[in-house]
Amino acid sequence: MMINNQDVIKFLEKAAGKIKENKEFLTQLDSAIGDGDHGINMDRGFSKIMSSIDTLRDKDIGTILRTCSMALISTVGGASGPLYGTAFLYASKSLNGKFEIDMNELLEALKAALEGIQMRGKATEGEKTMIDAIAPALRAFEEKLKSGGTPVEILEATVAAAKKGVENTVPMKATKGRASYLGDRSIGHQDPGATSSYLIFEAMLETLKEKV
Amino acid sequence: MKKIINKPEDVVKESVEGLGLAWSEIVKVNYEPMFVYRADAPVNNKVAIISGGGSGHEPMHAGFVGYGMLDAACPGEVFTSPTPDQMYEAAKKVHGGAGILFIVKNYSGDVMNFEMAADMLKAEGIDVENVIIDDDVAVKDSLYTQGRRGVGTTVLAEKICGAAAEKGYDLKKLAELCKKVNGWGRSMGMALTPCTVPAAGKPTFELAEDEMEIGIGIHGEPGRERMKIKSADEITEMLAEAIIEDLPFKEGDEVLAFVNSMGGTPEIELYIVYRKLYKILESKGIKIARKLVGRYITSLEMQGVSITLLKLDDELKELWDAPVKTPALRWGI
Repeated sequence: MMINNQDVIKFLEKAAGKIKENKEFLTQLDSAIGDGDHGINMDRGFSKIMSSIDTLRDKDIGTILRTCSMALISTVGGASGPLYGTAFLYASKSLNGKFEIDMNELLEALKAALEGIQMRGKATEGEKTMIDAIAPALRAFEEKLKSGGTPVEILEATVAAAKKGVENTVPMKATKGRASYLGDRSIGHQDPGATSSYLIFEAMLETLKEKV
Repeated sequence: MKKIINKPEDVVKESVEGLGLAWSEIVKVNYEPMFVYRADAPVNNKVAIISGGGSGHEPMHAGFVGYGMLDAACPGEVFTSPTPDQMYEAAKKVHGGAGILFIVKNYSGDVMNFEMAADMLKAEGIDVENVIIDDDVAVKDSLYTQGRRGVGTTVLAEKICGAAAEKGYDLKKLAELCKKVNGWGRSMGMALTPCTVPAAGKPTFELAEDEMEIGIGIHGEPGRERMKIKSADEITEMLAEAIIEDLPFKEGDEVLAFVNSMGGTPEIELYIVYRKLYKILESKGIKIARKLVGRYITSLEMQGVSITLLKLDDELKELWDAPVKTPALRWGI
């Protein structure tokens, strides 16, 4: 099964919907250990993407993702704006001019996205950030891909690993970002950035499930 | 939530619009993307200084745009850092050919967004120096966190560097000066009440009627300790001691003492704090050579106070005294 530009549009619509549905929840998570604006900011960014989605329908996947990147960078603000913006920008690099990609190409793009996030945020796994959802998710993706899973199975494993990753942030002590000021008091709270990353993987899975 | 606003999503835009209308002889406003800039920009052959950050800390930063201070300020949403396109477009507007100094408070969002803007400008051949302010002594274990937050010293750095840019300091020298101010400035704040971000509608944290938070950050981030409320003298002592021992400030030092309201604390209380601070410093042989008392770096309507001490030498004193003309700081002109 190939993923085409229409699937990417559908994925973005689903992701925007999930962020909107969880706006209050993300903001609530962020109030506990950050500055209480993650849901509001992410929703502003994805709403901006949605406002121009019709102009993207006939574009190649690289262009779609690059346009999303610019929308996120220029509207989200905070740390999430540069981090998600850089992720989409790095993901777009290997997909320029492509209207269809396979699961290998998707993995490469996701790996590039993670690399972008690490470059911009200078964080590694275990610091209670979105990386704690994304890194294990991509390992699960790669494993399932190598063992010959179907695209839906691959993304199911990815989402499950991301979910586990989010849960693992609860007992972690934050050492990056605004939650780090809390020190031990950050322990016991779920990381909002890891949670929004999980929602985005879920949107990918749902898109592929509908396609089958 | 009780606030004098129209719609939560219009708060920043409408406030900046009002600032532009009130001070049209000093500043102009650009809306897409949003930044406030000197009405006479660009000033040729002067290093342009740009700062910015989340809104909700007024008058910082837009209130400090004008002669002898900032060339432009980029306001983000409330407590959310501005985006790179704002700094990029602001820099293009105010660049006078001598480079750009970004003064950035040490919050991960601000640091990343300013870095992205600097990358974009450097790609076009514009010289940019990024100086980070991280003066909040409340943050312990700063090696294992994002590091200390940028607070009160930011205001002083913007004034002092602004004066130096007017005097003709080049970009490299100006960045060195900014780092010196950051190195010599120390702050700590406290809060009696939380504040409410308009778009969130609820207080950012909770504090019981008889409690206070010592070492609070300017977005309501927790500080060192939550405790029962104490007298003004005891509060001042706690803040001052933490600051003095950190640098440390020593007998014979000359300092600028800055007593700041977090937004909701009135001037009558600020001067009670200043009075005690004066006595503490006097008893240690530290001389207040310059002072600033008022509401300059705030957290919306939060009640609380912060103290900043900046060690001074002749260069810093001269630059502090130099003329400045901005909506929020004006003298000598």
